[in-house]
Amino acid sequence: MSSRLAGSGRRIDRSKKIEFSFNGRRMSGFEGDTLASALLANDQMLMGRSFKYHRPRGVVASGAEEPNALMGLGKDARFEPNQRATTQELFDGLEAESQNHWPSLEFDVGAINNSLSRFLPAGFYYKTFMGPRAFWKHVYEPIIRRSAGLGKAPKDRDADPYEHLYAHADLLVVGGGLAGLTAALEAGRLGVQVLLLEQGALWGGRAPVDGGEVAGQPVAAHIADLVAELEGLSNVTMRLRCMGAGVYDHGYVLGYERLTDHLSEKTGPRHRLWRIRARQVLVATGAIERPISFAGNDIPGVMLAGAMRDYLSDYGVSVGDRIVVVTNNDDAYRTAIAQKEAGLSVAAVIDARLAGGGALAQLAREAGIRVETGRAIAHVNGKKRVTGVAICSQAGSGAVLEEIACDAVAMSGGWSPAVHLWSHCGGKLSWDSERAMFRPDPDRAPTGADGLPFVATAGSASGALSLSEVLKDGRYAARTVVDRLGLSMPEATAPEVWEVEEIPMAPIWTMPEGATYKLRSKSWLDFQNDVKVSDVQLAAAEGFESVEHAKRYTTLGMATDQGKLSNINGLAVLSQELNVTIPEVGTTTFRPPYTPISMGSIAGEARDEGFQPLRKTPMYDWHEANGAFFEPVGHWRRPYCYPKAGESHADAVLREITAVRERVGLLDASTLGKLIVRGPDAGKFLDLIYTNMMSTLKPGRCRYGLVCDENGFLMDDGVVARLDEHSFLVHTTTGGAEHVHAHMEEWLQTEWWDLKVHVVNVTEQYAQIAVVGPQARQLLEVLGTPGISAEELPFMAWADRLVGGIPCRIYRISFSGELSYELSVPAGQGLALWTELMAAGHGFDAVPYGTEALHVLRAEKGFIMIGDETDGTIIPQDLGLNWAISKKKEDFIGKRGQMRSHFQDPDRWKLVGLETVDGSVIEDGAYILDDGQNDKGQRNMQGRITSTYYSPTLKRGIAMALLKKGPERMDEVVQVTKLAGGSVSAKVVDPVFYDKAGEKQNV
Amino acid sequence: MLLLECPNCGVIAEETEFHGGGEAHLKRFGPGSSDQDFEGYLFQRENPRGVHFERWRHVTGCGKWFHAARDTVTLEVFGTYSAQTVEPPEDLLETIRAKRPGFKWRDIA
Repeated sequence: MSSRLAGSGRRIDRSKKIEFSFNGRRMSGFEGDTLASALLANDQMLMGRSFKYHRPRGVVASGAEEPNALMGLGKDARFEPNQRATTQELFDGLEAESQNHWPSLEFDVGAINNSLSRFLPAGFYYKTFMGPRAFWKHVYEPIIRRSAGLGKAPKDRDADPYEHLYAHADLLVVGGGLAGLTAALEAGRLGVQVLLLEQGALWGGRAPVDGGEVAGQPVAAHIADLVAELEGLSNVTMRLRCMGAGVYDHGYVLGYERLTDHLSEKTGPRHRLWRIRARQVLVATGAIERPISFAGNDIPGVMLAGAMRDYLSDYGVSVGDRIVVVTNNDDAYRTAIAQKEAGLSVAAVIDARLAGGGALAQLAREAGIRVETGRAIAHVNGKKRVTGVAICSQAGSGAVLEEIACDAVAMSGGWSPAVHLWSHCGGKLSWDSERAMFRPDPDRAPTGADGLPFVATAGSASGALSLSEVLKDGRYAARTVVDRLGLSMPEATAPEVWEVEEIPMAPIWTMPEGATYKLRSKSWLDFQNDVKVSDVQLAAAEGFESVEHAKRYTTLGMATDQGKLSNINGLAVLSQELNVTIPEVGTTTFRPPYTPISMGSIAGEARDEGFQPLRKTPMYDWHEANGAFFEPVGHWRRPYCYPKAGESHADAVLREITAVRERVGLLDASTLGKLIVRGPDAGKFLDLIYTNMMSTLKPGRCRYGLVCDENGFLMDDGVVARLDEHSFLVHTTTGGAEHVHAHMEEWLQTEWWDLKVHVVNVTEQYAQIAVVGPQARQLLEVLGTPGISAEELPFMAWADRLVGGIPCRIYRISFSGELSYELSVPAGQGLALWTELMAAGHGFDAVPYGTEALHVLRAEKGFIMIGDETDGTIIPQDLGLNWAISKKKEDFIGKRGQMRSHFQDPDRWKLVGLETVDGSVIEDGAYILDDGQNDKGQRNMQGRITSTYYSPTLKRGIAMALLKKGPERMDEVVQVTKLAGGSVSAKVVDPVFYDKAGEKQNV
Repeated sequence: MLLLECPNCGVIAEETEFHGGGEAHLKRFGPGSSDQDFEGYLFQRENPRGVHFERWRHVTGCGKWFHAARDTVTLEVFGTYSAQTVEPPEDLLETIRAKRPGFKWRDIA
C-alpha cells in the first residue's frame, strides 16, 4: 500500500492539515502536498481510467509530464477537467473527481474495451468506420462522440477573472532549478535585467532530491543561498508557479502564472498570461524521465523511479512497502537506496544492462539490496494494483525465471532533456548516442530579428545530468547569454562538488529484447492515449514510416501530455522496426504550449463588455431612453427600430417607413464615414479613387460616387461634397470608413506619393442627422432655419445654416427618395440638435427611424446597398451604374480591371427588380431557377436575390436581384426558390419601385 | 510574433501593430496595358524561400506604409525603408548580399 511515513517530506508542513475530497470521499493531507501526493498518502493509487481501453491507471510521474492522473477539479462555475493531480497543490476544500469511467472508478463498464483490445489496434477507426455511408451520421459518429474525450466540458460560465501582463527583459530564464538559479545569479550580478520563471511552488527543482554537496554543504543549502542572493538583486524579478509556455519569433515568450489555483480563497485573477519580449532566453527546464516498455507497465503501482523518490523525499509518502526497481541506468539505484533508507523494503533492482551499474549499484549492494543484471521484467502481476513481477532474461523472449512479490515498481529508461522551449522557435537537436538522448545543438539555435541566436539552454535541458555537470553548464550558459548581451562575465572558480559518479545508460527501450506479441501488446508507450509497442510496430508494418505519419496513425504523443513520456520510446521502437537509427527517424514537432494553458488566460480581459470596443453615437443615450432596439453594425450599435409599447419590431418598421413617406422622420446617420480629402491635388486624387469625375464638382455641391478596387470590383459608395477648391468631404458607408481611408492612404503613400493630398478620418468628430420626408423643410423652418428653399439649397447642394441656434452644415442628399436634409454638427452638439429637432417635429408627428426602415426606403427607391447588392465580385456595370463611370478619364482604380473579357460577358447576372405575382415576400438569399441540371445533377440557376422586403408603401413584397441578362428581360416571369421546397413566380421589373422620375427628393 | 522597426516614426513594435501589405515594388499597369502585363501586376507574386521584399503599414501606430526586407525562413529582418521608392536602397542590398551571398529576388541580386 501507499502511505505517509513519519518525519520526512521537505515540501510539506505537517502542522497544517488540509481537508479535501476525492470522488466525494473526504480525505486529508498537509500544506505543500500536491493532490497526487495526498491521494497516495491516503492509499488511493487508482486515479483514473485510460482513454481507449478504460484500463485502471495510477499516477506515474510527479510533475507536469503526468499522463494518467487527470482529474476534474472544482465544481459548477469553477469546474475544470483534465487537470494533472501532480501539479495541483492541495488546499482546504479542494474537490477532485476522476474521469473517463462509468458508473464508478472502481467498476467501469467501458473496461470491456480492454478485453476487446486485440480487435482495437492502431488505425482501428480508420479501418472500421468506412461504410456504409449512411452509418456515419446515425451509428458511428454518435458512438465515437460518446466514447471520445477524457473529462467533461464545464457547463457554467467561468467565475474567475484572468489577465494579461506585458513584460520586457534582457534575459528571461525559464526554470528555477539549480542551473536556472545559477545562470540567473551570474547574469544578475552583472546588472542584467533578469526575469526568472519557475512552474512549481519551490525553487531548486529536483536537485535536493538527488543528493550531493556543493561547496561543502548539501544542495538544498546551496540553493537557499542562491535564492537569497537573487532576491536581494533589484534587477532580478522572480516568479513561482509561472510556466514558460512557449517561445515564439523574435524573443516573444508566453508565461503562464497560476495565481489562485493553490488557494481556498479565490480573489483576484486566477491566471495571468505574461507576454514577454526578451533579448535572450535561457531554457533551464530540466529533464524528464522515460518509462521502459514491458508488459503491464501501466498497472497502478508502476511508476517512474525519479517520481517515486520525489514522493518519498518531498512529501514523505511511500508508494509501496516492497518495491522492485527496473532500470537501464545508474540513477534509478538512488530510488532503491532512498527506499531502503526510509526503512522500507526493496525486493530487487532489475538492471537490464548485462554488466550492471557503477558506484550507485555498489552502494545499493552494500545497503543489502538484491541486484540482478542482464535481467528484465517479463510481465507485471496485478489488475488495479501491482502484486508482483515476473523476471526474465533481457536477451530472451520472456521465459519467466522467477516471480517476485511487490506492491510497486520503479522504472527508469534514462532521462530526456526537456527541449520543448528550445525547439518551439526552430532550435535544432542532435542525437547523443552515448547518453541516448536528443539534446539541443548549440550551433543551431533559434535566431531573432537580427539573425543572431536568442535562445540557449542550461543544465539538464542541455543534456547535463550530474550535479557537477549541471552547475558547470549553468555557468557556461550564463556566459553565453551574457556575451550575446554585449557584456562579459568575470572568470571565477566553480564551487567544489561532491557526488557519486555514474556510468552510461544502455539504450534499452523495451523488455525483454525478443518479447512475444502477447507481451508487446501489453507494453505501453503512451499511457494516456493507450498506444502500445505492438501498435507502433503495426504502423511501421503498414507503411506509416514517417514519424509524423506513425504518430497520427497510432495517436502516439497526441494526448494532453503531448508525449512527454512516450516520444523517445516510440521513436526508438519505430527505428528498430524500420532498421534505421533514431536520429534518422527524427522527432515530431514540438509545439507550444509546454503544458495546456487555460482558455481564460488566453482571453485575458477580453470578455463580456471588454471583448471588443463598442462605438456609440452622441445620441445613443437618447435612443436607449426611447426604447430603441439596437443592432450591431461593425463595432457600432445602431437603432434598428423604435418599437412602442406592445408593438412588434416588424410593425414598428412599417410605421416608421410610412411616417417618412407621408410626413417626416429623423435618422441618426452619425455612423456614416466622413473623410476630409484636402490639398492642391485633391481633385486629381479623387478622380483616381472614384469611377466618376470629382474634380469638376463645384464647391457647394455634392456628387454620388463609386469606389472600386484594382480588380474593378465595387468596394464602397457615398456622396462627396466639395468644401472649397482644395477640400472635399467624402462620405463612406458606415462599415467602410476605416477601409476606404486605408485604401486612400495606401494609394497616396505607395503609388502616387507625388500628389499633394492629405486625408483625415473625421467620422467620430461629427454627428449627422437626416431629416427626411415631405414635411422635412417645414420642420426645419419651425426652428427658424433660413435659406433652405429648393432655389437656395437645391438637391445635391450643401450650405452652412443655423438650425435652432446651432450652426449646422446641411447636405441636401437623399437615400430614401424623399425630400431630405442631412445636418452635420460637431459631435458634442449632436444630442442638443437631435433633441431640438424631435421637439420641433412634435407638431408634424415626426418619428425617429432605424436602420431597417432605412433599408426598406432605399430598396423601394432601387438604391444599392454595399454588402447586399455587392459581395466583392460585383462590378458597378452589373448594377446598372454605368452612369457613374466616367468614360472621359484616362485612368481610375479599377478601370483596367473592368476592361477584362469576363466582365464584358453578355450573360453576366445584372441588377433587376422582382415583384412576386402573388404579392408575397421572397425569402432572403433565394435563387432564381433556370432550366435543366448541371453535371452534378443540381438544378441550374440564373440569378439570386440580393435584397427582399415587404414594402408598406407599395403594399407588396419587393426584391432586388442579380439575373442573367436581367435588364433585357423586363416583364418576364421567373421562378424563385423557397426553403421549404417549390418556387414562387416573380415578374422582372425595374429596380426603382417608387417615384421613378425622382421628383419627390427634388422638390 | 515579429518585431519590426517603422522607418517613419522610428518605433520598434510588435507585429500586431502592423499590417502586412504583400509583395513590394510592384509596377502598376493601368488602362492601355496588355493582358499579360496586367495579369502579372495584379496576380503574379514571388514566393521565395529566403530573401523577400514586402510592404507593411504601421496601422495602429503612425499609419504610414514602409518596406521591409526579410528572410522568410529565418525571419531575420535585414532592414526597413521608405515606401516612397521603386527599389530597395543600395546600402540595404549590400547588407543582404553580405549575409545571403548569391541571393536573387525578381531581377534584384
